[in-house]
Amino acid sequence: MFEIKRSPWVLHYDGSSCNGCDIEVLACLTPVYDAERFGIINTGDPMQADILLITGGINSQNAPVVKQLYDQMPRPKVVCAVGVCACTGGIFKDCYNILGGADTVIPVDIYVPGCAARPQAIIDGIVKAVDLFEKRLEEHKQWVAEHENREKTDKSAAAKQPQKAQQPAGETAKAQSQNSAQRRSKNAKGRKTAKRRKK
Amino acid sequence: MRNSIISVIAYILLAPIAGGLLEGIDRKISARMQRRVGPPLLQPFYDVAKLFKKQVISVTNAQTFLLLSYLVFMVLTGSMFFAGSDILLCMFVLSTAAMFLYFASTVTSSPYSTIGASRELIQMIAYEPAVLMACVGFYLVDGSFEIHEIASSPVSSIFNLPGVFAAFVFIITIKMRKSPFDISTSHHAHQEIVKGITSEMGARNLALFTVTEWYENVFLMGVIGLFVVNKNPYSYISALFVVVIVYFLEILIDNTSARMKQREMLKLSWAVTLVLAGSNIWILMLIK
Ligand code: SF4
Repeated sequence: MFEIKRSPWVLHYDGSSCNGCDIEVLACLTPVYDAERFGIINTGDPMQADILLITGGINSQNAPVVKQLYDQMPRPKVVCAVGVCACTGGIFKDCYNILGGADTVIPVDIYVPGCAARPQAIIDGIVKAVDLFEKRLEEHKQWVAEHENREKTDKSAAAKQPQKAQQPAGETAKAQSQNSAQRRSKNAKGRKTAKRRKK
Repeated sequence: MRNSIISVIAYILLAPIAGGLLEGIDRKISARMQRRVGPPLLQPFYDVAKLFKKQVISVTNAQTFLLLSYLVFMVLTGSMFFAGSDILLCMFVLSTAAMFLYFASTVTSSPYSTIGASRELIQMIAYEPAVLMACVGFYLVDGSFEIHEIASSPVSSIFNLPGVFAAFVFIITIKMRKSPFDISTSHHAHQEIVKGITSEMGARNLALFTVTEWYENVFLMGVIGLFVVNKNPYSYISALFVVVIVYFLEILIDNTSARMKQREMLKLSWAVTLVLAGSNIWILMLIK
C-alpha cells in the first residue's frame, strides 16, 4: 500500500530551451491537468526530488549544472527528458554551443517527444517514470546490500592483516613524500624561471 | 495521574496519525478550493514512507541528531501539555525545540537553508509575544498556569480572552508556516530560497521534520482547544468544533493570500498582538 510510486516528487530543470516546454510542464500542475492527483509535487530541491524533468538542450554552460543536479538527487531516481530539445537538441541542435540532448551528460530513462510536448504526453511520461521509479527501488536495495557487504569485508580484511596493510601504506607514504619533494623542487624551478621571465 | 499517563501515550501514538490526516485534509481542501481533484487523503503518509526508503545523503551527520532532538523536544512539549502540567513550561520547551530546528539547518552552511533559518528566527520573534500573552491571560482568568486547572475552570477561558484568542489564531498561521507567512519555508511549489529551512534535508531527515510538524500541529490545535474547554465534559465537543473551524480558516487564509515580506510580518503580528491581546489583558487587569 505504501509503495514509493505513490509519491513522485519532480525536479524541473530548464536547459537551453525556447521556454515552450517549460510552460507546458507548469500547465501539468494547473487545475485542468492536475498532476498532484498522482502525488506529484514540483519541488525545487534536488535533495528531495525523485524524478528529474529536463526541458531544453544541453550547452557547454549548463552541462556541469545538470550533472551536479543529477548527482545531488538521492537514489532511487529517474530522468525524464521532455521535448525534442531535451531528447536530441532539437531545433537548436546545430548551434555552436549545443552539445545535444540531456543524454549527453546524464543517463536518460524516458523520452517525451513533441515540440512543445503536450501536457498529456508529459503526464504520460511521468507516469511511465513512476513505474520505473518503483523498479529502481529494488536496484537501490541491492546496491545498499552490496555496499554494506563490501564495507564489512573491507573492515574484516583490514582487521585480519593489520601488519601487512601497514607496510604498503608506509611505502606509499614515503613515495608520496618523495613525489611531493620532487614537485616542490619543480615548483621552485618554475618560480625561478618565472622570475627570470619577469626580468 | 493515571489519566495523564494515558493521554500522554495517546498523544505520542495518535498525534502523528492525526497530524498526517490533518495535512491530507488540508491538501485535499486546498485542491478543491483551486478546483483541482487533489491528492489522495493518505498522501502525506505515502510521502513519509517514501522518504524513509530513499538513499540518505546528508551534508553532516549532526543534522540527523539535531532533527531528532527537535522531534524529541516537540514530543515532550505535547506530552507535557496533554499531561496537564505547566503551560508556561510547555511554551519554553517549544522554543527550545524550535532552536534545534534552527541549528539543524544552519549546521549545513548552505546559503539557502541558512537564510531560511534566519527567517525562522524572525518568525519566532513575531509569534513569541502572543504566545506569552496567552499564558498570562490564562493565569489572569483561571488563577493558575497548570493546564489541568485551566481545563477544569467553571467557564471557558475564551469568554474572558476573546482578544488573546484572536491573536493566538493569528500567530498560529506564522507558526504553521501558512501562506502569508510561509517565508522560512513553503509548502507550495518552491520559493526564491529553494526550500528555505528544509533545503538541505532529504530522505530520512525530511521525514523526521515532517513528522515533527505533525506533532506540533496537533499540539497547537490542543492549545486552541484549551481556550474552549471547561469542567463540563460536553465542552470538549465544542472545543473540537472550534478547532475544526480554526483549521479551516487557516486553509482559507493559506489559499487566498500572497507571501508577505518578513518586516511587514513582524510589524503586523506585533500590532495584532498588542492591540487584541494587549488590550484584552489590560481590561482584565482593570476589572480584577
Ligand atoms: S522542444 Fe520545442 S517547445 Fe520544447 S523547448 Fe524545444 S523548441 Fe521549445
